[in-house]
Amino acid sequence: MSCCDQNGAEDAAVGIGTAAQMNDLQDIINKYNGVEGSLISVLQNVQRIYGYLPRPALEQVAERLGIKKAKIYGVATFYAQFRFTPVGKHLILLCQGTACHVNGADKIETALCDELRVEMGETTDDRLFTLNEAACLGCCSLAPVMMIDGQAYGPLTPDKARQVIRDIYKRERQSQPEEVGA
Amino acid sequence: MIVRIGLSSCGIAAGGLPVWEAIAEEIGQQGLDWALRQTGCIGMCHSEPLLDAIHPDGSINTYGNVTPARAREIIAAEASGLALDEYRIATDQEPNECMAGQVRVALRNCGSINPESIDDYINAGGYKALRQVLTSMSPPQVIEEMKISGLRGRGGAGFPTWFKWNATRQEPGDIKYLICNADEGDPGAFMDRSLLEGDPHGVLEGMIIAAYATGCTTGIIYARAEYPLAIKRLEQALEQARQQGMLGTGIMGSGLSFDITIKQGAGAFVCGEETALIASLEGERGMPRLKPPFPSQKGYWDKPSNINNVETFANVPWIIVNGGAAFAAMGTEDSKGTKVFALAGRIKRGGLVEVPMGMSLREIIYGPGGGIKQDKQFKAVQLGGPSGGCIPESLLDTPVDYQSIKNTGAIMGSGGMIVMDETTCMVDLARYFLNFTQDESCGKCVPCRIGTKRMLEIMERICAGQGQPGDIEMLETLGGQIADGSLCGLGNSAPNPVLTTIKYFRSEYEAHINDKKCPAKQCKSLITYHIDADKCKGCTLCAKKCPVNCISGEAKQVHVIDQSRCTKCGTCLEVCPSKWAAVIVE
Ligand SMILES: Cc1cc2nc3c(=O)[nH]c(=O)nc-3n(C[C@H](O)[C@H](O)[C@H](O)COP(=O)(O)O)c2cc1C
Ligand code: FES
Repeated sequence: MSCCDQNGAEDAAVGIGTAAQMNDLQDIINKYNGVEGSLISVLQNVQRIYGYLPRPALEQVAERLGIKKAKIYGVATFYAQFRFTPVGKHLILLCQGTACHVNGADKIETALCDELRVEMGETTDDRLFTLNEAACLGCCSLAPVMMIDGQAYGPLTPDKARQVIRDIYKRERQSQPEEVGA
Repeated sequence: MIVRIGLSSCGIAAGGLPVWEAIAEEIGQQGLDWALRQTGCIGMCHSEPLLDAIHPDGSINTYGNVTPARAREIIAAEASGLALDEYRIATDQEPNECMAGQVRVALRNCGSINPESIDDYINAGGYKALRQVLTSMSPPQVIEEMKISGLRGRGGAGFPTWFKWNATRQEPGDIKYLICNADEGDPGAFMDRSLLEGDPHGVLEGMIIAAYATGCTTGIIYARAEYPLAIKRLEQALEQARQQGMLGTGIMGSGLSFDITIKQGAGAFVCGEETALIASLEGERGMPRLKPPFPSQKGYWDKPSNINNVETFANVPWIIVNGGAAFAAMGTEDSKGTKVFALAGRIKRGGLVEVPMGMSLREIIYGPGGGIKQDKQFKAVQLGGPSGGCIPESLLDTPVDYQSIKNTGAIMGSGGMIVMDETTCMVDLARYFLNFTQDESCGKCVPCRIGTKRMLEIMERICAGQGQPGDIEMLETLGGQIADGSLCGLGNSAPNPVLTTIKYFRSEYEAHINDKKCPAKQCKSLITYHIDADKCKGCTLCAKKCPVNCISGEAKQVHVIDQSRCTKCGTCLEVCPSKWAAVIVE
């Protein structure tokens, strides 16, 4: 994965997020400074702040906590939770667990990819949705299941899955004029 | 009157929160003097959202598949002293088939108490075991009681719990760690999630007792990040336990000092393996290491560490209060007590059940499980997740105990039971699991890293209709080598799903390889969709719904699928009205 490089330039241009995000980042670094074995917790917090792991933020972590960049990259790429690219406004986790698999998760995937015009793992052009897979959401008796922004939906059919997306699009469109006006 | 709503992840996913709001509103509007309570998952996930109406005399009406509108009807009926039979699925007098035959030890409080209230837990007999241990038992006596109980670890390997506790206790040193494995990596299993969401104090109490017995000074719960609600309830429970003096220094006025923190996993299946889990706790890549030294000798930060699974801990308070012998009286000679199973897949009543060990697979699947969805033909049940195997119909009477399950080639695992029917392709399922383990291999051992990849390529080839003579034998050879040549349980067991399906469903492999046919009609490269000209009534539904617009035909005319553009998504089959059933898969 060379995702870090791709985003490096972009992030450097905008700094590491907003002032509030930079503050939060400093707080996290201070909190874990000197706490042995806390790298994963630090990365989890960085991702909570930014929605992903921006390269400049990781460089700060490396410098301030005295951890080699290679090690940070090694740990971050080992775990499925960490991302190096920003996600869309709504994160869709489509379950690929066993129960969902035998109950037709692949059909839901086809429907979602078609509806959103993305492949698994991608973000829509309007940056509203990112489609990702999850190992099991623990709601196996409602298989097939997807989770959007922490809310689980199931049991799904291809049509139901499309409808959930359309409903969110509708809500987004309704709220847009206000945003423009404001 | 108390109205109780199941608000575990499954209850919430099924729409429990709007039901809660509707009832709160209804109770307020009607000025009813009723209490509204939440509870965890009772196990009947297939009927969520669940609503219990608990009357002053203690009798209970349980309603299933409740919607906000139905909830209002139910409240109106209950307010006038009536039950609404239409939606009622059980009463305290007449438990439904799902609960019949269950014996609830680990799940004793799930679905009855409010998991966010320590008082509820205490009123249900909670922290009694801890008091008993601290006031009247020595650590060796606690370990002896565990030995009598015969409790074996519920995380997968089934190692006797007392033995591990004793080993940790025997190690010299002042600093020892107690770790709760809440990583629940088997995709399709949710016992630990339900326990943590439904009865977090039960797990904590088990941990504190274990700390006393083993001499551990610090506790850590390693929880999957995919379980946000479980983590939230654990955090609440920890705070409550500290406030009431069950955690901290001088627990319950005794000399025991112990506290627990939560660490969130970051999504790696291999981190459920205990040595990888420890590496992950230390902030490293989760790579397993060779045992010995065992964690009880050299674990977290090289200190003696005792690791147990969530369900293992949840059994402990019950064993202390009721005695090890009472636990050992249930189950079989080598597998004592009860076990929680997560039923999922093509089963009618998916959910959690806790039954005495030794019950047969058939009794579980057709008893509490209710049989196969749409009454289709049972084909196999998968136990042990990606490390486990598939058990065919001919072995359905196998008793569920560690040894009998192992004899079939599968493993007991953590308790996930995925049921498959005639529509599941066993070759595809084996490919699915191998894809999972191949992806999750940490990469340390070559046979596991590269061997699983080679096996997966063969499996993919077979599913794509490009299987060759000799593939089955090659899979068997590679599988044996990977199992022998890997360091941890992930690699040792990764070939299991393939090897057991070859053992019991060889003809399906042969059909894929020799006849280029998928008997279950699942493998896309081996099937085609047609419209039967005699049956098609030209309703146009399939043409309208086809995502790639490859179906042509006028209204009231026979429709035709353009094979060159068909993606075999199966939409036409799904939407074709069942009275016509004009879409044929071959
Ligand atoms: C690849 C692999 C994954 C595992 N995943 C889990 C898991 O998710 N949860 C768990 O409790 N044990 C898991 N185990 C078993 C643990 O290594 C360990 O045996 C268990 O936590 C010990 O607790 P117990 O004795 O109470 O079962 C896994 C083992 C292997 C080899
Ligand atoms: S398998 Fe999909 S939620 Fe568990």
